[in-house]
Amino acid sequence: MSPRLRWRKFVSGFMLTMTGVCALVAVSVLFLILGYLAVHGGASINWNFFTKLPVPVGETGGGLANAILGSAKMLLLATIFGVPIGFFGAIYLAEFSGGTTAFIVRYAADLLNGVPSIVIGIFAYSLVVHPFKQYSTLAGGFALGLMMIPITLRSTEEFLRAVPNPLREAAMALGASKWKTIATVIVPAAYRGILTAVLLAFARVAGETAPLLFTALGNQFWSPGWTHPSASLPVMIFTYALAPYDDWHRQAWAAGLVLLVLILVINIVARAILSRGIAVPRS
Amino acid sequence: MHASVRPVLSVNIPPIATSPAARETSAALSMRMTISKVNFFYGSKQTLFDVSMGIATNKVTSLIGPSGCGKSTLLRTLNRMYEIVRGARLEGEILLDGQNILTQDVTSYRRRVGMVFQRPNPFPKSIFDNVAYGLRINGSQAPISEAVEKSLRHAALWDEVKDHLHKSAYELSGGQQQRLCIARALAVEPEVLLLDEPCSALDPISTAKIEELLVQLKDFCTIVTVTHNMQQAARISDFTAFLLTGQLIEFSPTPQLFTTPGDPRTEAYITGRFG
Repeated sequence: MSPRLRWRKFVSGFMLTMTGVCALVAVSVLFLILGYLAVHGGASINWNFFTKLPVPVGETGGGLANAILGSAKMLLLATIFGVPIGFFGAIYLAEFSGGTTAFIVRYAADLLNGVPSIVIGIFAYSLVVHPFKQYSTLAGGFALGLMMIPITLRSTEEFLRAVPNPLREAAMALGASKWKTIATVIVPAAYRGILTAVLLAFARVAGETAPLLFTALGNQFWSPGWTHPSASLPVMIFTYALAPYDDWHRQAWAAGLVLLVLILVINIVARAILSRGIAVPRS
Repeated sequence: MHASVRPVLSVNIPPIATSPAARETSAALSMRMTISKVNFFYGSKQTLFDVSMGIATNKVTSLIGPSGCGKSTLLRTLNRMYEIVRGARLEGEILLDGQNILTQDVTSYRRRVGMVFQRPNPFPKSIFDNVAYGLRINGSQAPISEAVEKSLRHAALWDEVKDHLHKSAYELSGGQQQRLCIARALAVEPEVLLLDEPCSALDPISTAKIEELLVQLKDFCTIVTVTHNMQQAARISDFTAFLLTGQLIEFSPTPQLFTTPGDPRTEAYITGRFG
């Protein structure tokens, strides 16, 4: 074996090992986090965790029921606010707009997607919290909804564009108007992808903390209605993890575990949706 | 002679008038569609030049010619599908049953002129829902399942699919999918059926089935088909139009066009000297 060939084989083997190790690290991070959360938070997850309010320091028991409900309310608001805008915006982009408009809207959506979530929080603060002089569930939901718009818009657009043109032609040749074609053929053909996109956008904002810090603020108690400060899981984790009490640390771990499992479940559901029903075959 | 851009035969001079055999049938022949002096543009590029011809009722008319000759464009003017392309523009007049098609509401017009495309393009729905689609969007009052069965029978597909109407249309073979698309188009009972190279993606056996089907379908509707396969045009069509670089070179009864072409360019094309 010539020295040159030996060197090439060495480089090849070295690079193969490196890429393998990197792939392993990338995968193991998820399992490390999951394992860590399970070990530290698993013990604190019980019925009380999901049903009880937080208790004062020193008392045992208690849960984060208010934070779970608060997160649920804010995510509901965010979905109601962000998904329709993203969805219908994507329909306009994919089906109606000309080159220049589409480019501008798409570029703006990408920029909005890249805006740090804390900046979204400040924006929501100045737009909703400041005028009404009140931190609220509403403001938190608004901030999260803002973040869902570009994610939903861009991925929905991709899925709409992936619907083959001959399907549009077939519908229009049968006398369907443009809107009817969209409603009865294009969206149904892309719905699994769109649903997946919405779920992933949901999972993405479910864990956002920064936009909630000065919109929903936080609350040790139930938040009545929609116009009062409210607890949420990510902010609860943030507060509890910084506090000097072991019991709170355990609950923060448990909340982290709940959040992560929720996001994992959403991901798995999204994948399950993608794999069933009648899909347009790739040609 | 080569300078002539006029079609050898046009609507004003019915093609059938030229041969004694055809003249005998001319009394029974009516024109479902009339195309007069059609010029077509994509932006500033003109792709059809002064095309005039008639589409005979309950007959098969084939459009042949080499790639890029404008035969698909001409077909797409007949149901106004060209309108979905930005910058497409048509000059001239096209009549269906004596009425100008360009002044009619486009969606209700397209229900009267069905279209089958080059590649089978069933919707990602069940076999049943594919055929029922046109009826449903048009708010048809007719019982849908009967209409679906009728259309599938007309498309010679019923026996193959009757036991699994609710399976995905994509589980059918390519030839079956194309017949499904024909059934889907027939369900709204169009007066004219346009087919844009319907067999180009199919194997010979599926092609033979579709050809046989088209000949049978003449009883229900008027058929216009685009093909780059001259033998196919000769086998199935009653009239054949030969187009070259956007001009209608010759339009005659099929046997006449293939045996005694009136233009040297037609003869050159059908004998395989170009294309």
